[in-house]
Formats: sequence, C-alpha cells, structure tokens
Amino acid sequence: MSLVGEQAPVLARRSAPAVDRVGAGQVFLAILRRDITVTGRELPAFLAQVIIQPLFLLFVFGKILTQLGYARHGYAQVLFPGIVALTAVLTGLQSTAFPLVIDFSYTNEIEDRLLAPIPLRLVALEKIVFAALRALTSAGVMFPIGVWILNGIPWRSSSTAVVIAVLVLGTLTGAALGLVLGTFVPPNRINIMFALVLTPILFTGSSQYPWLSLSHLRWFQVISAANPLTYVSEGLRGSMEPGVPHLASWLCLVVLAGSLAALTAVGMHGFRRRALS
Amino acid sequence: MTETTGAINASLTGDGQARGGPTGSDGAAVQVIELRKRYPKSPADAVAGVSFSVRTGEVFGLLGPNGAGKTTTIGILTTRVRPTGGRALVAGVDVVADPVAARRMLAVVPQRNNLDRSLSVRQNLTFHASYHGVPKQIRDQRAAALLEQFGLGDRAGEKPDMFSGGQAQRMMIARALMHAPGVLFLDEPTTGLDPAMRLFVWDRIRELRAAGTTLVLTTHDMDEAAALADRVGIMDRGQLLALDSPAALVSRLPGERTLDVRIETGDQTDEQQCALVIGQLTGVVRSESVAEPGGPYRLRVSVKGEAAGFVAPVAQALVPLGARLAGVSLGEPSLEDVFIHLTGRALR
Repeated sequence: MSLVGEQAPVLARRSAPAVDRVGAGQVFLAILRRDITVTGRELPAFLAQVIIQPLFLLFVFGKILTQLGYARHGYAQVLFPGIVALTAVLTGLQSTAFPLVIDFSYTNEIEDRLLAPIPLRLVALEKIVFAALRALTSAGVMFPIGVWILNGIPWRSSSTAVVIAVLVLGTLTGAALGLVLGTFVPPNRINIMFALVLTPILFTGSSQYPWLSLSHLRWFQVISAANPLTYVSEGLRGSMEPGVPHLASWLCLVVLAGSLAALTAVGMHGFRRRALS
Repeated sequence: MTETTGAINASLTGDGQARGGPTGSDGAAVQVIELRKRYPKSPADAVAGVSFSVRTGEVFGLLGPNGAGKTTTIGILTTRVRPTGGRALVAGVDVVADPVAARRMLAVVPQRNNLDRSLSVRQNLTFHASYHGVPKQIRDQRAAALLEQFGLGDRAGEKPDMFSGGQAQRMMIARALMHAPGVLFLDEPTTGLDPAMRLFVWDRIRELRAAGTTLVLTTHDMDEAAALADRVGIMDRGQLLALDSPAALVSRLPGERTLDVRIETGDQTDEQQCALVIGQLTGVVRSESVAEPGGPYRLRVSVKGEAAGFVAPVAQALVPLGARLAGVSLGEPSLEDVFIHLTGRALR
C-alpha cells in the first residue's frame, strides 16, 4: 500500500501555473456574462414578469381610484416614486431568491460556477450584482410606463444623482435580502416564505403612503421603519416630489448602505453554507 | 480511434500544456493524508482516516459499494466538501487552505447531471472555459474539437434539458476538459449508462490517460476498476482497505482459483454446515457465503490448483447435507474476490 506522510509539508506549497493565471475579476465578469446572456434571450418574458404587478398597482391606485374620486388628486404623484421603489427592491429580491433555491435544490446548475477558480463569496456577490442589474432595468422601465399611465410623472433633473444613488443601493439591498432568503429558507418552504415575506414587504415599505404621515399610527410606522423598502420609497419620493413630507435623503442612503452591508454579509454566509457540505 | 486520440491530445496541449503536472517532490498529482469527514448529525465518519497518493498521469480508481466514502473523498478533493480532519492536496495545492488555486488544477464530472440547462450544449462548454479564463479563440476551437470527439457536434446548438443519461455524461466529460485540467475526477462515470455508451466512455478515459491527464475515478463496478485503473483503492465504510494495481491485489489473495457454487438447499439443510464442510475439503482454501437476501444460496470457494477438479468433490459433499449442486461457474479471482476477502461481503 502506498501511503504518504513525511513529505507532505513540502508538497503544501502553492504551485499554480505561472502562465494563464486568471484574475478573479475576469472570472467574475465571465459569470456575469453568463447570467446576462441567459436573461437577454428572454428579455420580454423577464420584463412581463416584473412589470405587470407594478403596472396594475399604478393603474388601479394611481389612475382609477383618483379618477373615481376615492383617492385625492395628486395621490398618483405620491404613489409613483413608491411603485418605482417597490419594483426595484422586489425585482432584486426575486432575482436572487428564486434562482438560488432552484439551483441549490433541484438543478445544481450553479455547480459549474462554484468550481470556477474564484472565492465563493465572489460568486455570491455576482448573484447580487446581476440581480441588481435586472432590478435597475425593471425600475427604469417604470418611468416611461408612469408617463404613459399617469400622463406625466414628478421629475426634477437636479435630483437625478440622488435618484440613481437610491435606486442602485435599493436594488442591491433587495438582491442581498433575496440572497439571504434563497440560502436560508429550506426549498420545501419557499412558497410559504414568499407569502410570509414578500407580501408584508410589499405593503409595509411606504410605497403607497409617505412614512411621516403615519405618526398617528405609531405601531405601523415602527414596522415600516424596519423594512428597507421604506428608505428607497422615501428617498425617491423626497427627490422626485419634495413637497410631500419625507425622510432626509442622506438618512435613506445611510440606512440602505448599512442594510446592504449587513444583508450581504449574512447572505454570503448562507451561500457558503449551501455551496459546501 | 487514433484520430480521436490525436484530437484530444491536441485539445489538451495545442495552446498550452495540460495543467497540474508534477508539482510535489515525488510528482504526486493527488495526496490524501489521514483524511476524515463526519457530516453534521451523522453518527459515523463518512471518510475515516484515509491516506493515498495518485501519481501524475495515472488512472486511479476508488472501488467500493455505495456509502463507502468514495464520493465524499472526491467532494473534499474538489473543494465542495470540507474535511473534519487530515489534509488533501491536488497538484501540490492544499484544497482547504487554497481552494481557488486547487480549482484551477482540477475538473470534475459529477455523479448527478449538473449541466446548465439555460445554455446550449456549445455554450455549456465555452462558458465553462471562460470561467477558467481560457481566451475566446482557444475555447471556441476546443469546444468544436471536443463536441466532435464526444459525438455531440450535430447537437451543439440544442439545450441539454432533454438529453439522455449518456448524452449528458459525454457532455459533462467534454465540459470538464475545456480548461485542460491536470487532474480529472470522475464520480461513477458509467453508472446508469447502456453497455455501448459505457465502452465509449471507457475509450475516452483511455485516450485521456494516453494524453497524460491524471484521472481519479470512483466506481462500484469491479470490471470497470480492473479495466481502467492503474491502481485501485478498495474502500468500505469510510476506510481504505487495500491499494495496489488490480493484478497485484488479486495475486495477493490466498486462493488461486475460485468456484462460484449455487446450491439448492433442502428443508433439513444447514447452510452454514455446507460452507463448513466444503471449506474442509482437501485443497480448498476458503469457502464463503455470498448469497444475497432472497436469492439462491451461493458459495464462493477458493481452491488451490485447477478449479474444475473440485466440482465433483463439492457435489458429493453436499449430498449427505440434503443439498444439491445446482450450478457452478469457474473463474479467475477478481477484484470482487478481493473485496469479499477484505470485508466478508459481496460488493453489490
């Protein structure tokens, strides 16, 4: 029997080939390119999937209810930034959570990428970045849809930078939250998870109401404050329709950056747990 | 077949050498030292202190029944399973300390289909190569050559979701070769394949060996281990019981010939008595029960000298026990005999 032992320490030295050593950035981009290729091919289906719900919300709450007199005139201007925020965060969340559950539990498609010469946390980060790109696309499409349905949207070119910053942080945060859910929730619980998590996020994220207007409904205001979507809604609303009482932009950006950092750390931990046994 | 060999050779060395050549002082491609793995909530070690090394350019087989710890060992070596003890090195790289560097050197063909169903057959190959930093021109050339060699050329544009087991397996091997790995791990490469496809995969494995790629494969099929592997490690219950070339393993068995005896037992027959009585016949080295539950009573009899000469004595010995010789096959001892000798159980 040929067993080894003595010379082991000598063999432990690193000896990756000098030629054609691949940078992590290059591998990261290759993995990102794979996801973009796949989504690009099914772009209409992807857009339909993420836009139908906010489109109807906008149409029924912003247009129908206002026209019928059940909502005050001007509500559409309060609602629109919130619907963009909701699209951004929820598309980000769904773009990581769903594929990860399917990948890790059923298809194992992701294995080839887990075996790429790149740290696992960067594979997880790619999932977040790609989901944020998807979410930014769908949030961007909401602008022309808003113009079309509402006959105009609130917009101030001076606040473009803040809008972009809030959207980038908001989509990344939604994607990181999806990474946490997709890696910690067992696959057989995914349906119940979406009922218990997605719907509350949808309705406690200050997208249909300004957060400060909740002062008379303290308990709901506290719940809303715990939802990252609130800071995306408030950040966008403050930039696009500053006449409505809103949280300060800097506060929204700081809370979102903090949530993003925390959720990314937890999500990467969950990803590693699922990727290794 | 010569053409194919040449093509694989070219695909591995045309633009650069197959990676992960000799790296350790003794040229070991894989080193496993006192490797141990216990899964959470499991009462026993899945791998219980296994040590072996694989030479560069060698085909190394891990043979054992399901649950022996073969797949876990491969999982650790390919950085997907974290060991609870010991060390594992691939091309000199510690897979725990530096999994990223280890993944550059290796490729794995898993037991389960993990093809990317969102990509076409060709894209499965080219994207795999791009994950490993293979430049576009080379990965396109390599993909074309490998698709041809693995009989997938006419299906390159299709999605692999409706592929048969054999097609998926060919595709996974082709994909694994796209970044010219120094060490290729194949986990049960022919399980579930039809005989023709099995021979096809065997041929490709032999070509890879000829091209200088180090191969580590697991199998529960002794014929496969004997046909392909330069050396075989026999695993059972997390332990490596023996390790040598198939011929050396077999030659070390005490008996030189075997009779596989099927016995029709009567109501009064004591099966253990049969094994005992036959074991005591002159010239018989061992007589072991290899019966499967519910199957006919079977004895594996190892003898000195010509096996045929023992048929009549065995038949006669059974008569007083109320049993009858129902069938006999004579054979050279195989790796299965080695396994039975080591564990007291049949391999399957």
